[in-house]
Amino acid sequence: MSAGRIAMALFIGFLAVAPFALSEFYVTLMNYIGLATLVTLGLVLLTGVAGLMSFGQQVFVGFGAYATGVLTVQYGASPWLGLGAGLAFTAVAALGLGLITVRLSGHYLPISTIAWGIAFYFAFGNLELLGRYDGLQGIPAISLFGWNVESGRDAYALIWVATLAALLAAQNLLDSRSGRAIRTLRFRATMAESFGIDTAQMKLIVFLYAALLAALSGWLYAHFLHFVSPGAFNVNIGIEYLFMAVVGGASQVWGAVIGASLLTLLKEWLKDILPRLFAQSGNYEAIVFGLLMLPLLHRARDGLMPLFARLGRGGRNAPAPRPRAGPALPRRAVPAAGEPLLVLAGVQKNFGGLAAVRALSFEMRGGEILGLIGPNGAGKSTAFNLVTGVLPADAGEVHYRGARIDALPARRIARLGIARTFQHVNLIGGMSVLENVAIGAHLRGAKGTLAAMLRLDRDEERRLLHEAASQVERVGLSAHLGDPSASLALGQQRLVEIARALAADPVLLLLDEPAAGLRLQEKRALAALLRGLRAEGTSILLVEHDMDFVMGLVDRLVVMDFGEKIAEGLPREIQANPLVIEAYLGGIE
Amino acid sequence: MNSDIFLWLVQDGVVNGAIYALLALALLLVFTVTRVIFVPQGELISFAALSLALLEAGRVPGTIYILVFGGLAAAAIEVVVAWRERAAARLPRIALLYVALPLAVALLVAWAAPRRFDQWIQVLLVLAMVVPLGPIVYRIAYQPLASASVLVLFIVSMAVHYVLGGLSLVFFGGEGLRSSAFSDAKFRLGVVEVTAQSLWVVAASLVLIVALWLLFERSIYGKALRATAMNRVGARLVGIPTVLTGQLSFLLAALIGAVSGVLVSPITTVYYDTGFLIGLKGFVGAILGGMASYPLAALGALVLGLLESFASFWASAYKETIVFTLIVPVLVWLSLRSRHIEEEEEKE
Repeated sequence: MSAGRIAMALFIGFLAVAPFALSEFYVTLMNYIGLATLVTLGLVLLTGVAGLMSFGQQVFVGFGAYATGVLTVQYGASPWLGLGAGLAFTAVAALGLGLITVRLSGHYLPISTIAWGIAFYFAFGNLELLGRYDGLQGIPAISLFGWNVESGRDAYALIWVATLAALLAAQNLLDSRSGRAIRTLRFRATMAESFGIDTAQMKLIVFLYAALLAALSGWLYAHFLHFVSPGAFNVNIGIEYLFMAVVGGASQVWGAVIGASLLTLLKEWLKDILPRLFAQSGNYEAIVFGLLMLPLLHRARDGLMPLFARLGRGGRNAPAPRPRAGPALPRRAVPAAGEPLLVLAGVQKNFGGLAAVRALSFEMRGGEILGLIGPNGAGKSTAFNLVTGVLPADAGEVHYRGARIDALPARRIARLGIARTFQHVNLIGGMSVLENVAIGAHLRGAKGTLAAMLRLDRDEERRLLHEAASQVERVGLSAHLGDPSASLALGQQRLVEIARALAADPVLLLLDEPAAGLRLQEKRALAALLRGLRAEGTSILLVEHDMDFVMGLVDRLVVMDFGEKIAEGLPREIQANPLVIEAYLGGIE
Repeated sequence: MNSDIFLWLVQDGVVNGAIYALLALALLLVFTVTRVIFVPQGELISFAALSLALLEAGRVPGTIYILVFGGLAAAAIEVVVAWRERAAARLPRIALLYVALPLAVALLVAWAAPRRFDQWIQVLLVLAMVVPLGPIVYRIAYQPLASASVLVLFIVSMAVHYVLGGLSLVFFGGEGLRSSAFSDAKFRLGVVEVTAQSLWVVAASLVLIVALWLLFERSIYGKALRATAMNRVGARLVGIPTVLTGQLSFLLAALIGAVSGVLVSPITTVYYDTGFLIGLKGFVGAILGGMASYPLAALGALVLGLLESFASFWASAYKETIVFTLIVPVLVWLSLRSRHIEEEEEKE
């Protein structure tokens, strides 16, 4: 049993005993902690994992609370109808706001959430239907199969069951196909798109989940307090939720519990002690909160959770067990050798006044390894980005197996069986080698977020991980399966990139300097691997500087210089071509 | 609505819009140079407005304590850094900038407050108290994180906003204050009656906007700021220190915040947290300009002022709701316009 599991068991044990051992006051406090944890958990996924930020979660809490408040108080409806209405209303609002912000750069969402926090605070306070600033009173208790959730201890049970369920669902989610996709959003969105992940859609899903958790918290809050008023949903509350996520450690699910507990308790304690110290009322706890955040952000930006986690396992990752074998994933049919595969016709890309790629045309056939070489700055990587849709071409056409692809976004091109590696290693450093490679197999799975939360994806997950593990083995890194990718040497990280591309089951593989940083033995192994792939029918477009490596491997070469193709042909023709020699060695006076 | 009311609302909207435009420019300046979303700008507005009102009443504003203790905190950090880097030569400069200067300002204000000097002297005192807070806040909160991501810097801003907002309540209390107008004169401009006060606001805003433009176009400091905004790494490579550009942009932002506070003080009752709302309207203005273009941001702020003015006439209870939901259509427009997914991947 790992330290993490022991800690979790202790925590759940504490939760089970707490209502019998603690006084009414502390049970109430625990209820507030549970309610805050729900909201904070959403922010952990949103901010820490997906790199989106919201200061407006209190608005969704307000939707959840007011929806049920209005329906139960004004219309005498059941609290369960209130829950449904609150979640539905929140979903629509969150989707609307999400749709207009996920495509914009990161700072628009937090600014918008502050603005909408203010807008809704004043709306809550002025709408007759919502009881204006007085709020709604006499919200009934929830009843569940004859159990009336009346007392603080009853509410405790409901709140913590909901909170634990949400925590487990979130943990399950992160450890799944969708979870890996979500974990790419913050640092590696370009890479994710290149493996078919619709990053905007993933962001929207996370945003929606966070909003729904907040609405659930609001529903519980309203029926636990029997009262709602705008004061509970002002802008400062939204800021405090975010502080909780930061304190706990914004990238870890259980950090939500730690952050929510610490700040709720601290606030209670400060409210008790500070006015006595200063003999005058004021919002002193806000000053203290702010002052505590600064050193935390300066010194421990990942929050307190990693410290707890390190205590637990002594700073060492347990090696990941090799996933069990299952039925292998289906594979794509490869085109016949010699069939036209990729055709570039007059492709052009300008960066400002610089033509990085100029009227580039070449053709690639099924089952061949084509080398794309040229001096630094010749435009090779830009050409890669144009083929894979990472950059849009300014002019010209790219055809793949007869279909035009230059107008397609990267994730659509990935669906066609084109996979790539990146010149600058594009792995997620904190994720294990296995998980990084499994991202490559994203399109070979189909299970979504909900299935992941409910663990209905285990069968498919096993097949994906098994596929990923076999690709890791293929590039010779089986010993590092469970290591964080950042702990590997640079050359090995390039091999992980190749394994990830292979996990996508590509028809066309684009490798950007795969041999850079490899030792001689490793280069030979890589060359053997690429020959093996060619024998299986995979076509490879290769950018590389190591001429020994290239000349012994490729079928044909295209040479670029200053964005233009200057030569094309068999390796021995290229080696004798005076234009190529001049490009590499400089002109002979 | 008759034409008198209409024109009066327009005038009101232009006055507010001018202040928002000023703030939008300052916020945009700070954002492009340092990538900081400077939310605490709002607190500086409150500080300035409330300090002016208190000085008028012959009382000593609590701003001087914030200034002195903020200066001491910044000095403490500087001393620790100097100690670590064995750079004792820096100590006199630290003592002068972060200790002696704030203390001198504080003493001057404490001496001058009961004497109730002319209004323009009081305004100068307010500027002397509030403007140094910009670089002080930068030193304490932002400088250690100069290379952090936009989002981390945003959280820092919220933390600073929390601290300054709390201090604002402690030192100014929950009651609203209003200072007297710079001038009670009114004159007719065609059919509209224009107060000299609103001309003051518009004129001061215009003067500052032009001054900023001159600074950017003509001075070496302005060029350093522009260079940093365009390409941070490149600017560093040619020897522009990021600390200097950071402090300079915060100094300018604080100056603009303080001036806005002074301008706002006679036209509206300011509470300890009013500045936050005013500052955010500056942000809405900047968003209307796409967070990139200065003229568009100024125009957006003007539109915002007008909208607010008319909203307060038709549905005053929902004024803030209307103003702050204005960003929704703008975001839709920005979102539709951006074909490529804009992203700035954080560094791990």
